[in-house]
Amino acid sequence: MRGRRLSSRKGTSRSIVDRSARYLLLLSALVSIFVVFLIGLFTLREGLPALREIGLGSLLTGRVWRPQRGEFGLLAMIAGSVLVTMGAMLLGVPLALGCAIFLAEVAPDRVRAVVRPAVELLAGIPSVIYGLFGMVVLVPLVRRVPVPGNTGFGLLSASIVLAVMILPTITNIAEDAIRAVPREYKEGSLALGTTHWQTIVGVTLPAARSGIVAAIILGVGRALGETMAMIMVIGNSIIFPKPLDNNPLTLFLSQARTLTGNIAVEISYATGLHESALFATGVVLFVLIMIVNTTAHLLIRERAR
Amino acid sequence: MSRKTFMLTGLLVLALAASGCRPTPAPTPTPAPSPTPAEAGLSGKIVEAGSTTVQPLAEKLAEAFSAKYPQVQITVQGGGSSVGVKSAGQGTVDVGAASREVKDSELQEFPDLVVHTIARDGIAIVAHPDVPLDGLTKEQVRDIFAGEITNWSDVGGPDRPIVVVSREEGSGTRAAFEEMVMGKEGPPIVDTAILQPSNGAVRTTVATTPDSIGYLSFGYLDPSVKALSIDGVKATVENAASGVYPVVRPLNLLTKGEPDGLVKAWLDFILSDEGQKIVVEEGYIAVNR
Repeated sequence: MRGRRLSSRKGTSRSIVDRSARYLLLLSALVSIFVVFLIGLFTLREGLPALREIGLGSLLTGRVWRPQRGEFGLLAMIAGSVLVTMGAMLLGVPLALGCAIFLAEVAPDRVRAVVRPAVELLAGIPSVIYGLFGMVVLVPLVRRVPVPGNTGFGLLSASIVLAVMILPTITNIAEDAIRAVPREYKEGSLALGTTHWQTIVGVTLPAARSGIVAAIILGVGRALGETMAMIMVIGNSIIFPKPLDNNPLTLFLSQARTLTGNIAVEISYATGLHESALFATGVVLFVLIMIVNTTAHLLIRERAR
Repeated sequence: MSRKTFMLTGLLVLALAASGCRPTPAPTPTPAPSPTPAEAGLSGKIVEAGSTTVQPLAEKLAEAFSAKYPQVQITVQGGGSSVGVKSAGQGTVDVGAASREVKDSELQEFPDLVVHTIARDGIAIVAHPDVPLDGLTKEQVRDIFAGEITNWSDVGGPDRPIVVVSREEGSGTRAAFEEMVMGKEGPPIVDTAILQPSNGAVRTTVATTPDSIGYLSFGYLDPSVKALSIDGVKATVENAASGVYPVVRPLNLLTKGEPDGLVKAWLDFILSDEGQKIVVEEGYIAVNR
């Protein structure tokens, strides 16, 4: 009798701890969602006057951004963001996937133990350091490309910096996806007499496809949101990027400005409609990233199924 | 779960990038403290915010004032000229700072603003050190920044394209440069100009980009860039002070209404010989009273 009471009392206190821990965890989850919600709401509220006064259509399709003269068009910045992200993907995705395949399939454990933390370390480098490196090392290198009007600052330098910055994001998630491919698939393939490489290309990668695509899309989101490093190497000129001479590839030597850069460069001095237009830029960016991340999320869920 | 967290983090980071760079205005207006600047000493708080060009100078002036009156606490914040005008006009700070003239549109919005010019600052036209020119005319500078002259050979230099470096729209330095060099109704600065968001970034860009030209506050001049003379006048503090150098802007502190009490005491101190000595020590030009 006494024993039962004791244990039941103990049980009650345990369940109190258990329950309060659960609520505490729920609370922290709610807080993070609440913060995202608040920031979204705030950005939208601050951007609303500009959206109303300028109009979403002319904001998205206007080619001229001259706040002091009342012209607010984001098209050049949207093009800048999209092009620099494309450039970063072209350079970064093959590298990141190669790295992921190497880590998941090829590397012996000892090598993996060194390479993996090294790649993860890339994610820990502050973006201003990437920017500084780009500004004093990459930009002078790119400037050597003998094209008239090439200043070194521009999409190419920015894409290279960005490619390195998204490397850890894509590598980590793609490696997880490749590792998650059931052993039986590979064993079956190898048993049929294929080589290791044939198995990787023909079986493992297709099986991990949706996870790899999700990894790439998360990389896109990361690239779209990068700010500081971009400001330092892209030139920030408000022009629609176009090739510097007859070769269309010189497009990437053109200066540009990203949506994120537009906000960061101008917000500290902006007032009134100009300020609101920068928040509207934020709304555009927010929606863009939300689309990208939701796509990634759906793909990851599909894989889990 | 970890991916969800990751995505949430991504969203958060983005959202912060979108909104986080905004300078925080001072939370509450400090009530004008003890209106009697008694001989015994002053006490209370002043909050100043605005131009980042004025900020280092204001910090020195605040420090010197607090050293004299230990009971006085002056908080100096950045934010930019436009923020300085706005927060002073709205009364969220005691004193606002602007490194340019207050615009007519701003005076219309905040008619109570009183402008106190505490110093002057020259804007130097700088080029990459390898540019073999010592000076330009003001018209040449304007045509270069307007994109009408695009090659150094058109102004007596080598046959190389000019790389124009400028500040972002809204910058006090840019506004002053546009007003004094480009002209009020003049052409806009060329689209293809590389834009950098601070004096320091402009200096680094000009120093590392061959054939480039830009403009800087005098306070940021150093041997990594070459200051060009304008119309034959060298960019020196002496020339700017004597009025020969053509690109000089005021550094302004702003109050809502005529200042009184502690704020007035601080402004008087700044304009006194003692305060103006600090202005000169910091590389700016004292104001003639």
